[in-house]
Amino acid sequence: MRVKGKAWRYGDDVNTDYIIPGRYMELTDPEEMAIHAFEDHDPGFRKGVQPGDVVVGRANFGCGSSREHAPLALKLSGVGCVLAESFARIFYRNCINIGLPALECPGIHAAVEKGHTLEVDVTGGVVRNLTTGASLRFNPLPPFMVEVLNAGGLAPYLSKAEDW
Amino acid sequence: MGETLSEKILAKASSQTTVMAGQFVKAQVDVAMMPDITAVLAFEAMKAIGTKKVWDSKKVVLILDHVAPPSSINSACVHKTIREFAQEQGILHLYDVNSGVCHQVLPEQGHVKPGQVVIGADSHTCTHGAFGAFATGVGSTDMGAILAKGKTWLKVPETIKVEISGRLSEYVTSKDVILRVAKEIGVSGATYMALEFHGETVADMTVSSRMTLCNMAIEMGGKTGLCEPDHKTLSWLKERTEGELSPVYADPDANYRRVLNLNVNSLEPQVACPHNVNNVKPVTELGDIKINQSFIGSCTNGRLEDLEAAHRILKGHQVHPGVRLLVVPASRGVYRAALEEGIIADLVDAGATVSNPSCAACFGGYIGILAPGERGITTSNRNFRGRQGSPEAEVYLSSAAVAAASALTGRITDPREVA
Repeated sequence: MRVKGKAWRYGDDVNTDYIIPGRYMELTDPEEMAIHAFEDHDPGFRKGVQPGDVVVGRANFGCGSSREHAPLALKLSGVGCVLAESFARIFYRNCINIGLPALECPGIHAAVEKGHTLEVDVTGGVVRNLTTGASLRFNPLPPFMVEVLNAGGLAPYLSKAEDW
Repeated sequence: MGETLSEKILAKASSQTTVMAGQFVKAQVDVAMMPDITAVLAFEAMKAIGTKKVWDSKKVVLILDHVAPPSSINSACVHKTIREFAQEQGILHLYDVNSGVCHQVLPEQGHVKPGQVVIGADSHTCTHGAFGAFATGVGSTDMGAILAKGKTWLKVPETIKVEISGRLSEYVTSKDVILRVAKEIGVSGATYMALEFHGETVADMTVSSRMTLCNMAIEMGGKTGLCEPDHKTLSWLKERTEGELSPVYADPDANYRRVLNLNVNSLEPQVACPHNVNNVKPVTELGDIKINQSFIGSCTNGRLEDLEAAHRILKGHQVHPGVRLLVVPASRGVYRAALEEGIIADLVDAGATVSNPSCAACFGGYIGILAPGERGITTSNRNFRGRQGSPEAEVYLSSAAVAAASALTGRITDPREVA
């Protein structure tokens, strides 16, 4: 599984309220959620994001609320994967569960500027910064999570799983 | 080697004699709780899995609290969908818009017991660890899988033991304690871990105060927060639950990742300043910070003892003319008790706006929104930028006593100053 796109770089403790504010929690259509991704935190995101783009964070990415609206808003915006030094627990599970790769990649924040082009080998555990030529390795996801991602998320995975 | 509370509960839930921190288990779920804003996505996930009926309609609890009553056509449609789902699935435990915040309603209505695995599609589900349950929040897809299968995979967490000693001074509460702990541990210092609260100070606390401690475990990244059940827990639960209570206790020689000792004898009221929960200072060091709104409510501090604390400070006085005081009891039970005690009448006389039990201003969903440049103090749990409205507003977290004192003076105030 490969993702290629430009980087949207944020800092520490990007919480789910930043990713999609509480006033949109009443939405149930993921396409509508995407319209409001980073609406307050980074108003330029919605206009500029392209399919395959990569969101880069530092520590504790996705902290706060359990709202699945947050990873859904990113995924439906076209984001191909999220890379961070570390993730908050519920957001991380939610990403994998909806089929959006969330990858813990030490050193990623310092190695990337906003707008750099990144190529991520999700299963191989390598991210290449095509703008600078640098590359970083990260621990690939365990096989179970790769299967979930390949199925498109936990619900399609479980619809075919025999034992759970 | 002994076991932590989480290890003991998750061993039982996964039908094993013992499990250790770090191990992955498939745990049987005792209670699956959903509030309005995450439930519909969970129903859709269950259906996408190919399951038509929930695994056990008696173990599913639906609570309409975040946008209650609905404030828009969208939120009205969400509530309608949830009522239809409950009907179609034979789910009897549907708490409609007249009930209150899910984390108050769930234990009040007898759904939580010690030793259970309680999973909620809301991050503050950790609150129920106050009853000695393993309680954690998940997203909607995880909840959809639970609705379909009745179980979920969990990594058994490591545990930080928080050992609290000393006596809390007057006007210092469990909220001040947990803010002080958050300052120590940081916003991600407990990621993937459980927090166990022990010590004489916890033993002295009411069940409500312990709920405040556990409620904020997630603000440090924690998977859950737990207190061991004692006679107070058990008598609280006996009034509300049916059947046996089987409390679980940590072993004295349990293996903890870290032990944090905190003596609270000289602890002052604390305030978490914008825009992170660990940006905590004693109220005495804050200086002159004017406020536009004070919100007393939420699953953190919207219980009777919080309203009583506010009442003690506000009775017979008038809220500062520049401040909107919003009081929202956490549940219908709390509301009723506050009415009976005359608290609501006195708060209304003091100038408070009292609203129906719901999440209200906590998450910036619909009521109590802050305008750009405004500043609010709140007894809830998050002060993220934009949490209660405009990203150009500021949110401060405190106890009900500090929020009430601040409503009186128009600036963030030490309750001991106005008492």
